[in-house]
Amino acid sequence: MIDKTSKKPLKRRDFIRKSLHAVAGLTIGGLAGILFSKSSSEEMVWQLDPNICIQCEKCSVNCVLPHSAVKCVHSYSVCGYCDLCSGYLQPGTKVRDTGAESQLCPSGALKRTYVEDPYFEYTIDEKLCVGCGKCVKGCNSFGNGSLYLQTRHDRCLNCNQCSIARRCPSQAWNRVPASRSYILKGDEKKKFLKS
Amino acid sequence: MRYKSRRSKLFIVALLFLFPLLGLSQVPERVPKPDFETDYIRPDFLTPTPRATALEYIDIGVLIVALFLATYFAHKQRSRQNIFLLMVFSLAYFGFYRKGCICPIGAIQNVTYALFNPAYAIPVFVIVFFVLPLVLALFYGRTFCAAVCPLGAIQDAVVLKPTNVPGGLAAVLSVLPYLYLGLAVLLAATGAGFIICQYDPFIGFFRFGADFNMVIFGLSMLLLGTVVARPYCRFLCPYGVLLNWMSRLSKRHVGITPDECNNCRLCEESCPFGAIKKPDEAAPPANREAEVKKLAFIIVLLPIVVFGSGWIGSRLEIPLSRLHANVSLAEEILLENSGQRTELTDETKAFRASGKPTEELFAEASAIQRQFKVGGWILGGFIGLILCLKLINLFMRRRQSEYYVDKGTCLSCGRCFSYCPYEQVRLGIITPKEAEKMGSKEVKIKQFRA
Repeated sequence: MIDKTSKKPLKRRDFIRKSLHAVAGLTIGGLAGILFSKSSSEEMVWQLDPNICIQCEKCSVNCVLPHSAVKCVHSYSVCGYCDLCSGYLQPGTKVRDTGAESQLCPSGALKRTYVEDPYFEYTIDEKLCVGCGKCVKGCNSFGNGSLYLQTRHDRCLNCNQCSIARRCPSQAWNRVPASRSYILKGDEKKKFLKS
Repeated sequence: MRYKSRRSKLFIVALLFLFPLLGLSQVPERVPKPDFETDYIRPDFLTPTPRATALEYIDIGVLIVALFLATYFAHKQRSRQNIFLLMVFSLAYFGFYRKGCICPIGAIQNVTYALFNPAYAIPVFVIVFFVLPLVLALFYGRTFCAAVCPLGAIQDAVVLKPTNVPGGLAAVLSVLPYLYLGLAVLLAATGAGFIICQYDPFIGFFRFGADFNMVIFGLSMLLLGTVVARPYCRFLCPYGVLLNWMSRLSKRHVGITPDECNNCRLCEESCPFGAIKKPDEAAPPANREAEVKKLAFIIVLLPIVVFGSGWIGSRLEIPLSRLHANVSLAEEILLENSGQRTELTDETKAFRASGKPTEELFAEASAIQRQFKVGGWILGGFIGLILCLKLINLFMRRRQSEYYVDKGTCLSCGRCFSYCPYEQVRLGIITPKEAEKMGSKEVKIKQFRA
C-alpha cells in the first residue's frame, strides 16, 4: 500500500481515497434519510384478499412450509348455518350426514355440529386444514361466502417474497401492516378494525 | 320455524339450477341469517397475531452486537477461533432461528421497492439491516461477511478442500454479482418481484423446507463450496458488490500481519478466497508505453462499450418485462382475444371475473414495458461500465513490495492471521528473532531463484 518511489502520487491517491470515502458515506447517509422518511415502524406481513381470491388451490401447495400457512377461516356472522351446506357437502350428495364420502373437505377439517333445527354450526380444525379452498369455492357458489382463506400469522414465516403471492393467478396477495394483518368479512371485520 | 327452513332449502335448490349463471365473484346474503331460539353463542373468531414488532428490535440489537463483536475479534483480538464461534452463533440465530428473513441481501430489494413505490412503507428494521453492515464496511471492512451473514456462515462451514480459482475465470465470474444486483434492482423497482429471495440457495435449509429446484440449487452450492470456498459470496452475492465498494474505501482494514511484512510467503496459500495479493516483481519498463496506450484505448472505448451494452439491455425489454405479472397477463389476454388460444388459464379467468377493463390492463402493461426499456438501458450501461473498469483494473498495476489483502474481496475471516510469523510473535509463540529469520530465509530463496 505504500508507494516508496515518490511522495506526490501518494498524496493524490490519499486525497481521492478520502473524498471517495466521504462520497460513499454521504450516499449511504442520504439513502438512509430518504428511506427513513418513507418508513413505518411496523412490520409488513403478507395477506390475501378474500374478495379477489378465486380458490385456485395454489395456496395449499406453494407455501414454503410443509403445511401451508393459509387456512380456511369461518365468519360466523355471515354464515347461514345451512343444513344443506355447499361448502361442507359434496355437490349432488343425497344424504346430509357427516360421512367422509359426503364431505367436500379432502382432509375432514371442516366439522359440523347440530345447533337447533334446522341449523348446523361449521368449524374448521386448523391442524387438518390444508388451505385448498374447496369448501370456500362451494360456499361462494351457493352460500353466503362465510368460508374464506386467510394466512394465519401464527404459522406464516413472513418471507420477504411470499412464494404463494408470487404464483397467485388473481394477484390477491399484498403486503399489509402488521396491525391490520387480516382482511376479514362481516362483523369480525368491524371488530378487528376497531381493536 | 319449520316453514322457514323449508323455504331456505327451496332457495338453495333454486340456486342449484342457477349455478351456471353464477360468476366467480361472491354474492353476499344468499341465505338468510338464522335467528336462533336456543341461547346459542357464536364461537370466537381468532386472529393470531404476527411476530411482535418488539422482537424485530431485538434482532436489530443482536445484529449490532454481532457486528461489533465481529469487528472486535478481527481487528483487536485477531482471533479466527472467536470469529468462527460468532459465525456459528449467527448461523444459528439469523439462519435457523430467524429462518434467514430479513437479511441485508434481500433488503436491497425492499429498499429499491420503497424508493420506487410510494405505497410501500418500508419497516424501520429492514433499513437498519440494509445500512448497518455497509456503514461498518466503510470503516472496518467486510466483517459482516466473516461472522454475521448466515448465508456466508453456512458456506464457510463446508469449506473443506479449497482450491484456487484461476485468475481469468475468477475475473469473468466476478462480473456475475454486478449482473445479479442490476437485475434484482430492476425487477424490484418495477414491482416484478424479489428474485434474490426467489433464488436464495440456502433459505430452504434454514426453514427445513423448500421446493425441489431450491434444494437442488442449495445442495449444489454447498457441494461446490467444499472445493471452491464460498461460491455464492464471491460469484453471486449482490450485497457483496456494495460491501466490496465500501470495503475498498475502508479507513481501517484487517491486515495479514500485525507488524511489518517481511515477505516470508507463509501466508501465500492461506486465503481460500484468493484475496491475498502477491508483491509485484519489478515491471519491465519497456512495456510501459504499450500499456499506457492500451489503457488510453480502453478509456476511449469506454463510452462506446457503455452505450453498446446499454442498447443490448434495452433490447431485453420484452423478455424481462414478461417477469412482471401484469405484462404476462396482458399477453395472455391478447392471445385469447385474438383467438390464438382457446383454453383459459387461472390468471385470465381471474382477470375476466374481476371486471377490470382490458384497455386499463394493456395501458398498465405498456407503461411497465416502458419502465423496463429505461431500466434495460441503465442496467446494460452499468454492466458495460463495470466491464471496462475491470479491464482498466487489469492494467493499473500498483507497484507493491509486500503481501497485502485485496480490501474489496477480503472477508476479514481471519484465516491468514496465524500464518504470519509476526502474529506468532504477537501471541508469544516465537521470538522476534525467529520471525526475522523466517523472512530472511525465504527472501534468500527468492534471490537464489532470481
